[in-house]
Amino acid sequence: MDGDGEELTAQETALYDRQIRVWGADAQRRLSKAHVLVYGMKGTISEFCKNIVLAGVGSLTLIDDRLVTEEVLSSNFLIPPDEDVYGGKTIAELCCDSLKDFNPMVRVFVEKGDLSSFDVEFFSKFDVVVVSCCSRSAKKLANEKCRKASKRVAFYTVDCRDSSGEIFVDLQDYKYSKKKNEETIECHLKYPSFEDALSVPWRAFHRRMSKLYFAMRVIEKFEEAEGRSAGDVSEADLSNVLKLKKELCTAQSLNESHVPDTLLERLVADTTEFPPVCAVIGGILGQEVIKAISGKGDPIKNFFYFDASDGKGVIEDISDSNAGK
Amino acid sequence: MASASSPVIKDAKVLMVGAGGIGCELLKTLALSGFSDIHIIDMDTIEVSNLNRQFLFRQSHVGQSKAKVARDAVLKFRPKINITSYHANVKDPDFDVDFFKEFNVVLNGLDNLDARRHVNRLCLAADVPLVESGTTGFLGQVTVHVKGRTECYECQPKPAPKTYPVCTITSTPSKFVHCIVWAKELLFSKLFGDKNQDNDLNVRSSDAASSSKNVDDIFEHNNDEDITQYGRRIFDHVFGYNIELALSNEETWKNRNRPKPIYSKDVLSDDFAKQNGNLDNDNACSDGLSVSAMSSLGMKNPQDVWSLRENSRILLEALRLFFTKREKEIGNLSFDKDDQLAVEFVTAAANIRAASFGIPLHSLFEAKGIAGNIVHAVATTNAVIAGLIVIEAIKVLKNDVNKYRMTYCLEHPSRNLLLMPVEPFEPNKSCYVCSESPVLLEINTNRSKLKDVVEKIIKAKLGMNLPLIMNASNLLYEAGDIEEDMVAIYDANLEKVLAELPSPVTGGTMLTVEDFQQELKCNINIKHREEFDEEKEPDGMVLSGWTQPASAEETKDKSVSNGANTSDAPTAAESENDDDIGIVSPVKKRKLPDDSNKPNTDDAKHQKQLQVIDDEDDLVMLDGNLDGFKKRRVS
Ligand SMILES: [Zn+2]
Repeated sequence: MDGDGEELTAQETALYDRQIRVWGADAQRRLSKAHVLVYGMKGTISEFCKNIVLAGVGSLTLIDDRLVTEEVLSSNFLIPPDEDVYGGKTIAELCCDSLKDFNPMVRVFVEKGDLSSFDVEFFSKFDVVVVSCCSRSAKKLANEKCRKASKRVAFYTVDCRDSSGEIFVDLQDYKYSKKKNEETIECHLKYPSFEDALSVPWRAFHRRMSKLYFAMRVIEKFEEAEGRSAGDVSEADLSNVLKLKKELCTAQSLNESHVPDTLLERLVADTTEFPPVCAVIGGILGQEVIKAISGKGDPIKNFFYFDASDGKGVIEDISDSNAGK
Repeated sequence: MASASSPVIKDAKVLMVGAGGIGCELLKTLALSGFSDIHIIDMDTIEVSNLNRQFLFRQSHVGQSKAKVARDAVLKFRPKINITSYHANVKDPDFDVDFFKEFNVVLNGLDNLDARRHVNRLCLAADVPLVESGTTGFLGQVTVHVKGRTECYECQPKPAPKTYPVCTITSTPSKFVHCIVWAKELLFSKLFGDKNQDNDLNVRSSDAASSSKNVDDIFEHNNDEDITQYGRRIFDHVFGYNIELALSNEETWKNRNRPKPIYSKDVLSDDFAKQNGNLDNDNACSDGLSVSAMSSLGMKNPQDVWSLRENSRILLEALRLFFTKREKEIGNLSFDKDDQLAVEFVTAAANIRAASFGIPLHSLFEAKGIAGNIVHAVATTNAVIAGLIVIEAIKVLKNDVNKYRMTYCLEHPSRNLLLMPVEPFEPNKSCYVCSESPVLLEINTNRSKLKDVVEKIIKAKLGMNLPLIMNASNLLYEAGDIEEDMVAIYDANLEKVLAELPSPVTGGTMLTVEDFQQELKCNINIKHREEFDEEKEPDGMVLSGWTQPASAEETKDKSVSNGANTSDAPTAAESENDDDIGIVSPVKKRKLPDDSNKPNTDDAKHQKQLQVIDDEDDLVMLDGNLDGFKKRRVS
């Protein structure tokens, strides 16, 4: 046993019995010392928070200063639909109340502020940072700050639109060991930053690259160019989105068939999350964060896509080292 | 897909079976997705070890009905929908074909093969689509079963529960699991269980004069006997004397390591008795299940592997506590993984036996997992699987037949897929459940009794609940609510060998077996066979007839270790086809039920073979036959 030798309490062993059987007591100890930050609490993040609170992380900090709306209620099971309860409270505060209840051994906190207002020192307090529902530049900026922290801060972005979702992972320099046929193999993965991954030229990709990757980039770019907040698009924007797609494909020398109009139409027309997809993406993300904290299991490098319309959950490696593959 | 306001979702009446790991996630996701008429059945109550993933439950709910608490919890964030909970067994006669017919789709989040088969049959009889699911650790799967369109849950035979030959358990253990089975099924039952039950503890080899009465007396506690003395006497008998006796049978040890007899005086100091005498006060405030030998000996960490001496102290202390604190239960106990004292006793006994046979010792935590057949479970996999169930359920409700998929959640990606959809198979034409295809039973009709056929084949293998048996037009047996005079006739029939029944059953006879609750009828062709291999065919009969895929046959021979094999990586198969969903990796046979997998103790009682439901058992799985796959896919 490595770690610092602190033993799990009898209470922890009883509560976490089934999962210790999956990842071991040592991994459980590491989980109980990890600090996780999430920004932007829609349905997928709520699923994720539930999963890691149940898994028993040390602490979870929530940021989302918005007030409750109909749309928020529709996909979030952490907020009771009772105005007497939710009136005057922020989404993060409401989710915090529910999450605390899921596992008394996990500390849940609320922070306030815009993502861009937090500095490197703030991010350094966490082992894992997950951001959602924010612009491409805000994601880039947060990712850069995490990379400047003195210790490694695992960084994730997650977003769901209609019946599909995307996860981005940056574990920087990540070493872990795994057992293969009795032998222990040391593995070393080098992750690109969000910015570097996005700057990999499209023509460098293998030809079966997930179409969702392109579609997400087109919509993200559209929102940024129009000065919209994340997810603020509608059917009325479709023709402009399609125009942008054409431009991007030309600039990247990518055949337009890789970004079907029907797919963009779906993602633009219905930006509300589809709860089963939130469960799937929130589950996969939870699993990934648990892997990164515990050092057990092969982590995703570096994008994950799920689309309910074909049912596939695909990993795509988009990094310089992988370009040309 | 379909939005929450879609009538397909809002008007659907959905039956969920199971409110455990998958069930909690599923109920939440259904409610969020807009389902507003959900019925949920679960017979279980909430336990502490559920709380790490069954997120609708809290510490204060321990002991309450899962179905009811889950309902109340979901109504808190979706107060306007209708959820009906049933704290009941899905096999109860109330849940009959008419009940199932009320639903548009049935969603399973079950933890055992028995109930899954039962629900499969009712769904077929009621012609209601079934979405079936299971998880183990990071692995999971969702399958769709629609009568006449896709295969049913039982179209591919499920591997039988792992059983161990009696002599491996009683005389020649080579793995820790053998020691666990011995400690649990033999020693524990002998000391604390039903005295009238058959027990092989003293059967060492066919020539030992072991059936004599005085051997049994060894295990009896005389009223005036000091409990510590009694414990040491049992210890010396089972770990010392019995091993010496076994060693005398030279033939057995020709190609095996000889075990070492262990006597209590060798491992425990003489002042042990004195020490133990002072322990009573520590357990002053103990109520039944919280009595613990570990706590009275000051041992805290269940992850520690105890020394032989520590195991011996635990064993004697646990035995003492049973006789002093839980005396009333003795004679009625059966092993329960949630009974701390029972787990301590079994761990210690298994470890002492393991030490004797040169097998590595294990911690209580590990031993409990093996003895309790505890299935590894995490919240994330359950959440993913629940999401996939809802996606399939919506397709089924929209009758989107061409989009039905079986989906596998993998631990290691296969061709960069972590979630792998596969087109469903066509029904298996020789499936005895959905295709009325007959099965073949090889049996010695001059030796086997009707009772054996009922217990070992019709109930255990064909999974019927309340069978009725006909030979041509003659009724041989009927279970359930029947008239008294008939009960006597049927009871007499059960004790008769097949060839001597009122209408004799011999080679060439075709029996018809029917279960009215499951609306399942099956024909059994009888083939007479004189001899059976005691080791390989311990039932003394062999059932075959539904198609066994070649690869399934292969995996049957490999015995799989009980427990830890959950991380088998499925191997990838390349396909030329570029963009096709139907590409399939041959995923190895794996088990994927969630939650504690309760061994079927009723069956175990009737079987000579010692039974441990193995981690590898109870699942639907793809097998490695890619050809078979392609052919049988629904196009
Ligand atoms: Zn079938």
